[in-house]
Formats: sequence, structure tokens, C-alpha cells
Amino acid sequence: MSTQTEPKKPLNEFEAGLDKADKAVASFAQDDKTLTHVLRKFLRDYPTTIPALVLIVSILFFGAFANNFMTPGTLSLVLKQVTVTGIVAVAQTLIILTAGIDLSVGAILVLSSIIMGKLSVDFGLPPFLAISIGLFFGGLMGWFNGILVTVIKLPPFIVTLGTLSIFTALKLWYSASQSIRGSDIRETAPSLLFFGERISFGGFQITYGVVALLVLAGLVYYMLNHTAWGRHVMAIGDDPDAAMLSGIRINRTLVSVYAFAGLICAFGGWAAAGRVGSISPIGFDDVNLQSITAVVIGGTSLFGGRGSVIGSVLGAIIVGVFTTGLSLGGVDDYWQQFAAGCLVLVAVALDQWLRRATK
Amino acid sequence: MTNVQPILSARGLMKRYGQVVAMNGADFDLYPGEITAVIGDNGAGKSTLIKALSGAVVPDHGQIFLEGKEVHFKRPDDARNAGIETVYQNLALSPALSIADNMFLGREWRKPGVMGKVFRKMDHARMQDFARDKLNDLGLMTIQNINQAVETLSGGQRQGVAVARAAAFGSKVIILDEPTAALGVKESRRVLELIQDVRSRGIPIILISHNMPHVFELADRIHVHRLGQRLCVIDPKKHTMSDAVAYMTGAKEPDTELELA
Ligand SMILES: Nc1ncnc2c1ncn2[C@@H]1O[C@H](COP(=O)(O)OP(=O)(O)O)[C@@H](O)[C@H]1O
Ligand SMILES: [Mg+2]
Repeated sequence: MSTQTEPKKPLNEFEAGLDKADKAVASFAQDDKTLTHVLRKFLRDYPTTIPALVLIVSILFFGAFANNFMTPGTLSLVLKQVTVTGIVAVAQTLIILTAGIDLSVGAILVLSSIIMGKLSVDFGLPPFLAISIGLFFGGLMGWFNGILVTVIKLPPFIVTLGTLSIFTALKLWYSASQSIRGSDIRETAPSLLFFGERISFGGFQITYGVVALLVLAGLVYYMLNHTAWGRHVMAIGDDPDAAMLSGIRINRTLVSVYAFAGLICAFGGWAAAGRVGSISPIGFDDVNLQSITAVVIGGTSLFGGRGSVIGSVLGAIIVGVFTTGLSLGGVDDYWQQFAAGCLVLVAVALDQWLRRATK
Repeated sequence: MTNVQPILSARGLMKRYGQVVAMNGADFDLYPGEITAVIGDNGAGKSTLIKALSGAVVPDHGQIFLEGKEVHFKRPDDARNAGIETVYQNLALSPALSIADNMFLGREWRKPGVMGKVFRKMDHARMQDFARDKLNDLGLMTIQNINQAVETLSGGQRQGVAVARAAAFGSKVIILDEPTAALGVKESRRVLELIQDVRSRGIPIILISHNMPHVFELADRIHVHRLGQRLCVIDPKKHTMSDAVAYMTGAKEPDTELELA
């Protein structure tokens, strides 16, 4: 059969008439330049604008109305307080970007830090080795979450609710519900407390934990925005079917995300040891919800596919600013929680509004 | 009919989803330089057939041949690596990612040297240039900003990006599943022009469509799919649209000679 171009088949009249119609209009023009549209587009393109603005405004607000807020000491304190939440929020961001959620982050953090502490203090392993093993187990716990999510195909919420209990039980068993005292750690493995040490300049006292948080956030930002892996993480959260049809190995990528998140949480456990000065099997229970709060306030969508790790760090700092600012202003604890709750609701409502523009 | 070897063909493909038989011994042939349209009623199994050809579905039975050699696609990237690009019915674009990111999704280019090898850094600049070139080639540069999110585009623009992506990377075969189904009349027109443009470069195309005028305008052969099988292949020059619809719906049975086509 030949492929010579023959006169076109008889089209129906409508189509035939269309041939003569103005084709220029068919050029893909789509313009909606109303203010809300421009605003939505801007916010979608620059998702960290809002948390950045909220942070600046809240710092100025508390600076004006709370005594002693705008001092290097207080600002350093805020940063120090959000170190662990911030690190865990980085891990949580990765999970939430894939449209998942991880409720076991706090348990992974604590169990990993106990492993680091016990191995070095009780078993006399060199701290470097103890820390590496702790990090490895953190990654392993995350990997386990990832396998349950991808291979057994259970919803992440359920999986991590289950592993939250499992890891919590394991940490109580392994530690025999005993804390590892700060004095013991300082004696045998001071490098476990490294992230609590401070650099001072001009009244600011920045811990290495804060520096680590910033470096970690920068690293994850790079991975998300400048590597193919990062594009795949975003694409999977955005539309898993589309990602699969584009040739992305969804399960492999998801498992790597959960494992990496576990590793970051274990790192958070190391930083937490420095922050607190000792290692306790209890504590950091609320870091699960705090990390989710930070991620949401930071503008990452719980539906996956959009958001930024920088936003999550800003979100953690915003919560810290509110907590410290309100307490310096003499406001009771429960109003601090009240404020954090309001921030979350506003952030989620805003995300819905941004997403609606796309449907 | 012809002695030319098909570039892509399939024999006896079967696929079941529980009780539903989506493909029941489906055969298929695509010849070099041609557009083969696949028509059939809703649920006839057209999408399943092309998903088998593009690696998105692994058939339970049957064989697929690319340039005469049997292939076993396990995943979409197997087919893509073999030079088969597909525009799926649901588009398979990632809405929140940019046009450039979407064009390279799953095959990102890395920077040369240490940055690429060790730090795995993507070469954004080179990918954007390439994407811009490809959209220009197809006259789609009314899309201004290669970094704008796909979700900000109209349906026709998205389809344009999907076709451009297929055209850019499809070296052997391009498959289009209902590319105009969700579009308005004018946007459909534009996409049809794109398809003709791609064909004129010599790349054979499989076009699944419900739209008889579009099919008769573009296709060199029309594969009629019915109940999970190839019913017949007809020559659009020798048959009318109502013949095609009659075969498709079972109102009329094809001559036995046609079945062998
Ligand atoms: N993933 C799936 N799971 C279950 N049934 C499916 C799936 N994909 C297709 N089917 C069924 O297979 C049949 C053929 O579907 P499809 O190939 O999409 O047909 P067409 O594209 O011709 O409309 C339909 O009955 C459909 O419901
Ligand atoms: Mg279909």
C-alpha cells in the first residue's frame, strides 16, 4: 500500500468548515491575568514566600511586644530549641512530598540515639562506630517502613502508626527504660554530645546542631532540586500513575525516601543527645506532630508533590518564635499550642486554595 | 497486501483483569512511515493493547516484535529505551513539574564531569534548551516559559507538550491514545497538525481515536478492535466512515478477505 497523499477524505461538514476557520486562535493562548491568578501563580512558583514572610512578621511582632525577644540570646535560644524538630521536619518533608506521612520519626530518633549511647557507653565501642551503627539502624527502620508501604502496599499512615508502636516498644526494651546519664557520656563518648557545643559571635551562641540543620536542609534542597532522584520524588507525590508511565521506578524511589528519612531521624537522634546533654528513652514523643506542623506551616502540601524543605525549616523556626515569643510575653503554655494550631489550619487552607487553581 | 516488514507487531496478546478479558488474542501490525489508527468501542481493549506495546502492561500471553525481533517489555522505560514513545490517554504528565522537567522525566541529563558523575547534578540549562528547541520545532513556542508548571497550561497546550515529548524521544514508534478526546475543536485541530508534522518526519504512528473524521483524515490503515481482538484492518480510501462504525459496533461483519489484512 502506498502512502501517497491523496485528497483528504470527506470530512463531515463541521470539520470541513473548520479548516477555513481562523487557525490563529488555535495557537495555544491562555491568559488570565486577574490579581488572584497572578498571586496564585507567584505563590506556586515560590512556595517559601509565605513562611518567610510569616517568620519576618512574627519576629518583628514579638520584637516589638515581648520584652527581651529581639536579643542575640533569645534568637539563639529559638534556633537551639528548633534544632531537633527542624532536622526531623527535613525527613518528614521528604515523606510528605511523596504524599505519605511518617508517624514513627520520633521513635526512630530516640531508638537510634539509645543505640549510639548504649554501644559507646555500656559496650565501650568507639563513638565513631557506635554513631555509624545508630545511623545504620535509623536507615534500616526507615527502610522497613518503605518496604511495608511499597511491597505490602499499606497506607503510610497505618504503616508508621504500627511501626511507631513497634519502635517505641523496642526502645523501651533495649534501654530497659533507663536513661544514659550525661556525665557517663561526657566521660566515655563526648563526641555524642558534639552538636550541643556552641560557636559564639557577637552575643549569638549558635550550636553545631543548628549548623548541622542548615547544612542538612541545604543538602536535601540540592537533592530535591538538582538531582533526578529529587524530580522523581516530586513526580511520585504529584501523580504516581504519571510517574510510573514516565518510566520512574516508583517502589525503588519510595523505599529510598523512607530509608533516607530514617537515616536523617537517626542523625536527629545524635543532635538530640547534644541538645539535651543525655539520652533518654522517653522524650521527643511530640516531635512526630511537631515535624508535621513545621512541614505544613512551611507550605508543603499534605497531598504530595509540592513544597520545599527550606519552607519546613522556616516552619519549625516560626513555631519556635511563637513559643518563645508568647512565653516571654507572659502568655500561658496552652495559648502557644493554640497559636501553632491556628498556623497549621491557615497553612492547610492556603494550600487548598493554591491547589484549587489547578483543578 | 504488502511485503514490507512491520516495524512493530503483536500476536495473540491476552490480558485478564479478574473476570474482565481486556485482550483476547489481539494481533497488531504497524508499518514503517505509516499512521495506523486503532478504533473500537469503549472498553474494546484499545488502551490495554497499546499499553502492552509500550510496556505499561505486561500481557499474560502473546508476543511482541519490534523490527522483527521479539521483545519483552516489563516496564515503560524498557519500551522507551527501545525507541517507542507513548502519549497515554491520561497524558502521564506531572502537573506540578515544569514543562522542561516533564519532557525529561525519567531520563534526566546530568552535567558533564565531576558535578554530574559524583554529585549527580542535572544539567538544567541543556535540558531546557533542548525542550525549547523541540517545542519550537513543532511550532509550540506560544508556550512562553519552559519552566512554567504543566498545570498552568490549557488542555491543548498539555497535549502539545506530551506530543512534543514523544516526538523528541521516539526514534522508532510513537503511540497516541485518544490525543484529542479531551480537547475542544480548535485545540484538536492543532494537535492533528502536530501529528501530521511528526509523521512527515518518517516516524510511524499508532493513533487511537474515537473520532472518525480525524481517523479518516490521518490514517493509512485502520485497525478495527472489537471485544479484545483485531477484527479487521481496513483501507480508509476504500471504506466509508459508516462502514468503520458498523464493524466497530458489530452492526456489520467484515468480509473474510479483510480479516487477513
Ligand atoms: N487496570 C485495570 N483493571 C481492571 N480492569 C481494567 C483495567 N484496565 C482496563 N480494564 C478493563 O479492560 C477492558 C478494556 O479496557 P481498555 O483497554 O481501557 O478499553 P478502551 O481503551 O478500548 O476503551 C475494560 O472492560 C476495562 O474496564
Ligand atoms: Mg482507552
